Amino acid sequence: MLEIKNLTKTFYKGTVNERTALDNISLSLKDGDFVTVIGGNGAGKSTLLNAIAGVWQPCSGSIKLGGKELVGLPEHKRAKYLGRVFQDPMMGTAPDMMIEENLAIAARRGKCRNLKWMIGKIEREDYRELLKILELGLEDRLSSKVGLLSGGQRQALTLLMAAMKTPKLLMLDEHTAALDPKTAAKVLELSDMIIQENSLTALMVTHNMKEAIKHGNRLIMMDSGKIVLDIEGDEKKALTVEELIARFTAKSGESFAGDRALLG
Amino acid sequence: MTAFLESLLRALPGSAAQGLIWGIMAIGVYVTYRMLDYADLTVDGSIATGGAVCVMLILGGVNPWFALVAAFAAGAIAGLVTGLLHAVFGIPPILSGILSQLALYSVNMRILGKSNQAVSVDKYSLILSSRENMHAVLICAVAIAVLIGILYWFFGTEMGSAIRATGSNPNMSRSQGINTNRMKILGLSISNGLVGLSGGLLAQYSGAADVKMGQGAIVIGLAAVIIGQVIFGKLFRNTAIKFLSVVFGAILYYIVISIVVRLGLSPTDLKMFSAILVALFLALPSIKESIKSAKMMRQGKNA
Repeated sequence: MLEIKNLTKTFYKGTVNERTALDNISLSLKDGDFVTVIGGNGAGKSTLLNAIAGVWQPCSGSIKLGGKELVGLPEHKRAKYLGRVFQDPMMGTAPDMMIEENLAIAARRGKCRNLKWMIGKIEREDYRELLKILELGLEDRLSSKVGLLSGGQRQALTLLMAAMKTPKLLMLDEHTAALDPKTAAKVLELSDMIIQENSLTALMVTHNMKEAIKHGNRLIMMDSGKIVLDIEGDEKKALTVEELIARFTAKSGESFAGDRALLG
Repeated sequence: MTAFLESLLRALPGSAAQGLIWGIMAIGVYVTYRMLDYADLTVDGSIATGGAVCVMLILGGVNPWFALVAAFAAGAIAGLVTGLLHAVFGIPPILSGILSQLALYSVNMRILGKSNQAVSVDKYSLILSSRENMHAVLICAVAIAVLIGILYWFFGTEMGSAIRATGSNPNMSRSQGINTNRMKILGLSISNGLVGLSGGLLAQYSGAADVKMGQGAIVIGLAAVIIGQVIFGKLFRNTAIKFLSVVFGAILYYIVISIVVRLGLSPTDLKMFSAILVALFLALPSIKESIKSAKMMRQGKNA
């Protein structure tokens, strides 16, 4: 499904601040893979997702999704194939627009936006049904401005919007990190459900080792722009936090400075 | 006192007519400033461009209605240029507007041939004129009703909503497949088209196009947007009615202006007055906030 080859991204090239965020990364995802990505601050996790989303173009390498080369395409053209939920709950929705308008905008991802009136009766009913899945009562607040919702509600809505057009790849970028523990658990549960029901291929970045072990069928760990661990199948099912730390230390030759990664 | 009120009342139709014409311009400002979150300074130039194109076409024998359409188009092109400067060449919003505005001065001079070009209502069948204010008010009111109807429809369509989403959250818009650059260009074109149209109406109303007629226009537009929002913002939530509140803001602005002029303010001081007025309304939220926190502090001390 996703085929990344020799992907490299260096920021501030040729200056004293030069920093290699992605160092010749290769990664291959099968259809239906749910991969959790873990690593310390600055390991390159979010950079990897940004590279796939097309926030900027990489220095070299190739990103193929379903056989189609993404490198060179601008961000809005890649959106057709991708669904994305950001760490910041403010990033994924338009606060000045209503809940139904946000959904309607997501429903047209990858389509040409012309002079058709956006929301009709039938569509409104569809959205109401869709929002019921979240069990947050949003189905009764279709015309509320999204800016009035809480962070958790906005993340749940963003998740729904990202999965709406069945993306070829769903990218969750620490999407529960800014939420309180209870809401985070709820949003994670929703993510699991949506990924399973639509059998989506997904990449989930997290700081939390327990989460990374609990969710998905495969785990990769990143460090200084490289993938240092790649564990899947039964081996991943049997994984514990202690073992993960031990394997990381053995691999990188340094102790895992996972300040936040150890918590939770 | 009664004499003052009488003269004010007599001036009311004139204020209303001017308010309505500038109201169209203010709707244009609303589209960029509020919907697109883009402080566009092109308008000072594009309003004069609209006026100039309109007057020159009428002098050349073109139907005044068609001349208005051309004024819209000319304004839209000005907006397009600003949009391209920003979206394609990455020039910051304020600067791209200033550059267009500057260039438009020369363009407007070229169109007019001299700094002021009169078009007499006696010689040409103009749509409206300051000689018949009630008639002008009627024409403008109908025009605004039609315009708001069209804009309400447009900003409810897929394309119009994409423009609104771009202004509200460009990150989200791109990740939902919206070409935010294209939407900014489109929004700026529509906005400046409306400004050009208002310039065309203004030139017909006052019987002349002047290369300086747009000086400070952005401040009047902002005044209308902000006054409309502060006074009517709580009442109106619907998008169509929000456009209307901007027009009310413009009318209110012109009524206030006509009051202060009658109270003895010199016309040359008006720009100063407008600037203070807009600054005041813009400062209102933070003034409210500091009064509130001062109150809380006092309460805290007494507790």
